[in-house]
Amino acid sequence: MMDTLILSRIQFAANISFHILFPTITIALGWFLLFFKLRFQWTGDFKWMEAYRFWVKVFALSFAMGVVSGITMSFQFGTNWPGFMETVGNIAGPLLAYEVMTAFFLEAVFIGIMLFGFSRVPGWLHTLATFLVAFGTTLSTFWIIVLNSWMHTPQGFEMIDGAAHATDWWAIVFNPSMPYRLGHMLLASGLTVAFLIAGVSAFRWLRGDRKESVRASMRAGLGFAALLIPLQIFAGDVHGLNTLEHQPQKVAAMEANWSDTNGHTPLVLFALPDENARENRFEIAIPSLASLILTHHADGAIPALDEFVAEDGTVLHPPVDKVFWSFRIMVGTGMAMLLVSWASVVLMMRRAPDGRRFHIDRLPRPLLFALVPMAFSGWVATLAGWYTTEIGRQPWLVQGVLDVSSAVADVPAPMVLSTLLGYLALYAALLFAYVSVIVYLAVKARHDAPLTSLTPASGAAMVDAIAREDRGLQPAE
Amino acid sequence: MDLLGYQPDIWLPFVFASLMGVSILLYVILDGYDLGVGILTPLARSEAERDMMVASIGPFWDANETWLVLAIGLLLVAFPTAHGMILSTLYLPVFFLLLGLILRGVSFEFRVKARARYKRLWDRLFFAGSLMATFSQGFMLGLYVMGLEMNAVTLLFAVVCALSLTMGYAFIGATWLILKGETDLQRRAVAWAKECIWGLVVGIGAISLATPLVSPRIWERWFEFPTFIWLSPLPILSLALLALLWRSLAHLPAQGDRWAWAPFTAALGLFVLAFLGLGYSFYPYVVPERLTIWEAASAPESLIIILVGACFVVPSILGYTALAYWVFRGKAQGLRYD
Repeated sequence: MMDTLILSRIQFAANISFHILFPTITIALGWFLLFFKLRFQWTGDFKWMEAYRFWVKVFALSFAMGVVSGITMSFQFGTNWPGFMETVGNIAGPLLAYEVMTAFFLEAVFIGIMLFGFSRVPGWLHTLATFLVAFGTTLSTFWIIVLNSWMHTPQGFEMIDGAAHATDWWAIVFNPSMPYRLGHMLLASGLTVAFLIAGVSAFRWLRGDRKESVRASMRAGLGFAALLIPLQIFAGDVHGLNTLEHQPQKVAAMEANWSDTNGHTPLVLFALPDENARENRFEIAIPSLASLILTHHADGAIPALDEFVAEDGTVLHPPVDKVFWSFRIMVGTGMAMLLVSWASVVLMMRRAPDGRRFHIDRLPRPLLFALVPMAFSGWVATLAGWYTTEIGRQPWLVQGVLDVSSAVADVPAPMVLSTLLGYLALYAALLFAYVSVIVYLAVKARHDAPLTSLTPASGAAMVDAIAREDRGLQPAE
Repeated sequence: MDLLGYQPDIWLPFVFASLMGVSILLYVILDGYDLGVGILTPLARSEAERDMMVASIGPFWDANETWLVLAIGLLLVAFPTAHGMILSTLYLPVFFLLLGLILRGVSFEFRVKARARYKRLWDRLFFAGSLMATFSQGFMLGLYVMGLEMNAVTLLFAVVCALSLTMGYAFIGATWLILKGETDLQRRAVAWAKECIWGLVVGIGAISLATPLVSPRIWERWFEFPTFIWLSPLPILSLALLALLWRSLAHLPAQGDRWAWAPFTAALGLFVLAFLGLGYSFYPYVVPERLTIWEAASAPESLIIILVGACFVVPSILGYTALAYWVFRGKAQGLRYD
């Protein structure tokens, strides 16, 4: 029988994993929408407005999913982890409060105008609303990453009677891992959306939708993907070096390096780490590469897991297999992203028979087929990355300050288990519905006539039509 | 940083308790009307009418719910011990509240984006989610009033509160529809308001009677002379508002849509008065009879940081919220992206 601690951990992991899927989309999709809107205003080309109208639906859906799954998070601290706020509430509290005050209201209010206000407000106000929603989601990312990073690399506080008290807010906000984590996450969001747009557009293209807006979205998606992925690989590398400095036990687990401290540490490509024997089974490794990547010298020493076992045998490093594999899934997905996006861009750069470049037609069908499953590759990489860093923080909740087991609520295990099962069932159903609706919107969009004007049916006409329908009359022509 | 001669560790918790109170009140009123509209949706006579009901709350619900996040956030950051104590006691009702909020929040989107044949399903989930969220809130309110004790009597009282709050939200939802709806919808909303108002009366009455009976401290706070005199405007104003509501509902809808705003405004007043009464009863406790706001408060240096931010940010939140209500003023229109 599992105990309250592990069940509460799984429950929090389930909630936050489900939640992060949607902000990962909305953070960058907001900026993509602003891009589409501005392109439309500058060029007057309706394909950009068409792209905006399609993707704003996906945005609205993702935003709603993000909001409601986020409300759950604000309750979880109290229901399952009261020790967290009791110990570090003086630090976490103001950061969360600033997130709610500066970001949540901004996005929640302006999304109404952004979605439903197009014909009610002047164009500039609608564009401003789109900007403020994108800005709000990004600001919210900033605050939550500040708090999360502080939990990994805490500073700027002192402990008085078992509770952390802030001494230097500047040091708390700009804690050592914050800039790396923030950059890494924002780029992850950008890549997730770039591949979502490219993948859905490839899907529409393969189903015979030849609209200009599909071409334009596809080019934008692939272009940003190809641009962002090298930046992300660089950001990941510097973030890893930062982790090496501040949380060496996490890096040791990522590399599954049990005992090697003499330099020339091999890069383990495949292994089944064995926690009991404290060694890897079925290991396939490249000599010296881990040392080279992490220290940029072939003979550089990297931390080993055995260094993080206390005298009495207490293990002070995270579970190795989970961190090791999450990290490999993230890196593997990133490599696939690099391959697919660069191949696509190179193939598109070939000159078409009519002399133009950047034609979707130049992309071979197998590549288009490969792009479709890549639509959700960003989710895989983002989740795997978060698992690496969060499981990698175990057994700490706040590195060196608070361990997970002393923060958990004393709720009976069956209660945690039953609510956990409830959440899982709901999340599975909603995830299925979400992906189905995106597929359905993509299929349905094919039958929409290309957009040629901005004048919608007037509100009065709509009300009239509804009123007539209400009285059982045929809609007026 | 003394204020009116009080030390920061005295006045800061008070200020934060007030801020939290205002957030809860705003949440109850704002999400109250949109949850209420959700509860009323099965009564719509046609799909178009249901669409119009949803359209009347579409641009607002998201921001309305953010007040809950702020309220819970303030409880979390200003009174962390109380947050843990209250929420781990109310573990199951909180779970159902969240389930309900999730279901109704996503149904807003799914009902118009999924295949047409699933629209009815999402409409039902929208109703079920609204009902579940409201019922849980009422249930939690009931248990809170009963001092977070669990036994047959307190659970029964919690169920009464849950039913009353459901009727109360449906009532304020109906008054919102009187304000935003036209023709048949508006007429039906008047009838719904007349039916639901009793739930609100029973609810406010039950809580007003129960709170002083549960706690001798609250009894003294209310019925001691001369405080009794100072407090008498609360019940008297409530009765006056009820009378006004009853009269205006009898005469609505009126020519030229006059007085359509009256029921919603009066309902708003009733919620405010009821909330003030509740606040007065429980002050200075944040966990009834167990933990005062001063015992539960975070460190002053952290609260100051939040307060400074709030002084700048909250006025702008109110400003752009007003902008949104201005943009979507007048009668509800179909929700469209173009």
